[in-house]
Amino acid sequence: MTVHLAVALDGAGWHPAAWRDPLSRPAELFRAAYWADLAAEAERGLLDFLTFEDAFAVQSSRWDGPDGRTDQVRGRLDAVLVAARLSAVTSHIGLVPTTSTTHTEPFHVAVGIASLDHTTLGRAGWRPQVSGRASDAAHFGRRTLPEISVDDFRTGRHADVVAELFNEAADAVEVVRRLWDSWEDDAIIRDAATGRYVDRERLHYIDFEGPRFSVRGPSITPRPPQGQPLITSLAHDTVPYEFAARSADVVYLTPHTPEQVTSILAEVRAAEGRTGRQGAPLKVFADLVVFLDPGDQDGPSGSERLAQLDELDGTPYTSDALVFTGSAADLADLLLDWHGRGLDGFRLRPGALPRDLTAITRDLVPELQARGAFRGAYAETVLRERLGLPRPANRYAAAR
Amino acid sequence: MGRRMHLAAHFPGVNNTTVWSDPDAGSQIDFASFVHLAKTAERGGFDFFFLAEGLRLREMKGRIHDLDVMGRPESLTVLAALAGATSRLGLAATVNSTFNEPYELARRLATLDHLSDGRAAWNVVTSWDAFTGENFRRGGYLPQSDRYTRAREALQTVRELWDSWDADALRADRESGEFVTPDQGAFRHQGQHFDISGIFNTPRPPQGHPVIIQAGDSEEGREFAASDADVIFSRHSVPEEARAFFKDVKSRLARYGRRPDDLKILPAVTVVLGDTEDEAAERAAAIRRAQVSAPTALAYIEGIWGRDFSGYDPDGPLPDLEPDAGEGVSKGRAQFRGDRVAIARRWRELADTRGLTIRELVIEATGRQTFVGTPEAVAGQMDGYVQGEASDGFILVPHLTPTGLDEFVDRVVPLLRERGSLRAEYTGATLREHLGLREPRTGGEKA
Repeated sequence: MTVHLAVALDGAGWHPAAWRDPLSRPAELFRAAYWADLAAEAERGLLDFLTFEDAFAVQSSRWDGPDGRTDQVRGRLDAVLVAARLSAVTSHIGLVPTTSTTHTEPFHVAVGIASLDHTTLGRAGWRPQVSGRASDAAHFGRRTLPEISVDDFRTGRHADVVAELFNEAADAVEVVRRLWDSWEDDAIIRDAATGRYVDRERLHYIDFEGPRFSVRGPSITPRPPQGQPLITSLAHDTVPYEFAARSADVVYLTPHTPEQVTSILAEVRAAEGRTGRQGAPLKVFADLVVFLDPGDQDGPSGSERLAQLDELDGTPYTSDALVFTGSAADLADLLLDWHGRGLDGFRLRPGALPRDLTAITRDLVPELQARGAFRGAYAETVLRERLGLPRPANRYAAAR
Repeated sequence: MGRRMHLAAHFPGVNNTTVWSDPDAGSQIDFASFVHLAKTAERGGFDFFFLAEGLRLREMKGRIHDLDVMGRPESLTVLAALAGATSRLGLAATVNSTFNEPYELARRLATLDHLSDGRAAWNVVTSWDAFTGENFRRGGYLPQSDRYTRAREALQTVRELWDSWDADALRADRESGEFVTPDQGAFRHQGQHFDISGIFNTPRPPQGHPVIIQAGDSEEGREFAASDADVIFSRHSVPEEARAFFKDVKSRLARYGRRPDDLKILPAVTVVLGDTEDEAAERAAAIRRAQVSAPTALAYIEGIWGRDFSGYDPDGPLPDLEPDAGEGVSKGRAQFRGDRVAIARRWRELADTRGLTIRELVIEATGRQTFVGTPEAVAGQMDGYVQGEASDGFILVPHLTPTGLDEFVDRVVPLLRERGSLRAEYTGATLREHLGLREPRTGGEKA
């Protein structure tokens, strides 16, 4: 039984001071070559897929809005386009950008991800994300959201707003999935005898009507090669578990202990039951932030690097996910233990880039391979297939 | 030395001018088709590669129009992918300013500019129809009179967002610990269409502002181009009309403090080559027939007349039916939105005078072939056109995907280079440099 390994790319790495790592490339974070090199390294390590973070806000040490700091990475590129830029310079790895379900038009997301699936010949995924910040909403000026604090999530204050954001996200995913199916695979017929380029019987209005928006369809982009690109979501609580169960193919979870792996998995499976999920169960991944020890070379250990970065930043690093420091062998032990408890795979968040990505591909991957727990070569070129998910039948073709 | 010609390539569009029935016609969707065309354009030293956009499939008589090429990937996504397959070619995306919000639009265009090292362009278009709006949560309707006010304000706001970061904001200085200089991205825009504020999160694009393209032809469109655009995508390819258009638009620039060279005028043109003039003319006629199939001819007449012509023979005479001036039968197609009754009258006169069948009429009336001849003759005409100030160059619209530019680049480009009217190789890195454009003027004050 082998594990699935994904890596989450974000700026110079997940530690806010990661750009000050001597091996980082902070002046190149907005250049294509930087991202192409990271993707090439990930592909060399035979990783399943890469995810790309995004938001309609500058990074901040505060939950609820900008902090004015200048000593951390600030600025982002559009994640769908970063992924697309890598289409022609990669050949196997999956590319999974993040977009907002709160502010981005579902129609644009559907055609964007479908287009990414076309440019990569079936390697696209999508991570829908809600944007709850009032300051993000002011960038669009079309709606207002209340200021929500971290504590509000614990206390349940604004629970109605949170539920609303996730319901809207589920509607957005439904629209996107319908649009992907709105062209049947064989809609383009090029029938010279009748002069018809498409068979209009194989194109479908989606006629989505929800409380927040309606979308008529069909898509302007033919059905993606995968049929339905892979949908993934990060979840920490009941509402997002249910959103994942309703809408996603893969869910990223954040257990901190082996016991939590078991208990969170049970919650996810219960959410699948409550939402009446049909088809394949969610593929479950755990997220971990990793600072790895150097393999053969000399250099600071993962924990020493974390301490150095913490000192530079002025604050100890905290994360929603477990922060792992140690050797590749120790990490392999942990991953296989958690895998044995029912996880399908892991999304590793490199503490610093490219250093911790290189440690994953050159140290962790061989360690897992030696234990027979990771592929020795890419077999599938299509992302869904790599995760053992079938190519979905078209909902409209079946109904016709 | 004479005037330098600027060339651009239009990916074959979703309309009947793209011939899908040809045995050489490849996929309109496969990324390989885009790569082939873009690389061919780059081999020819073209300034940029252009992708159009349409946000709703076209309809005829209440049903999806099924005769033309339809369906395409999203412009910016494909262009970002092409940035990885090309190194110098400019990458121009058509993106609607009605169904996109400035914050997202500005960062997507800025992202393409970053990821291509300064090769991005934005063709600003506007929609106003409820038909397209049915695909968007924003909803549809923008009064037609607000098209340009919305487009202008969207562009102005996007420029303000690009200007919200200093060009040298990124320090990435490990020693001092300063990643970025203070107060980057702060903006506030309050206007008729947008009331937004906060922090923009994408650093200033390498070109300052990506190149702005405009295609409007009305009085308002020309004025918008004169005040705000770097390139105008013109429909005027007939030499006399083109010269008049060129003169008119260039004369408008001074009142915005701009020089004639600050706006490049590029008409959309087609090229058909042959070893002899006769052969070229024969090929041109064959292409026209392929572009206007019998069902397409009928659909065209229906679009203009605004009524059903089912049952009429496309190879027979134009029946004696009056156009219906009402709502029309075609949706999502700009060419059927004008004064259809007047067009129908002209078409009937043409058919009567020349004794044309329906299909012959449509072939004749919608003919768009600009340069037909031997490579030598075409190179001479194109050069003469530019030297005679009918345009600054051309946007070539091939009729075939993906090989539609091959012959032009193989046979005409060398001749243009010999004449010195087309660059032998790229001398600049960014699209602004290819086009000979100045640094952008900075738009608004920072918030």
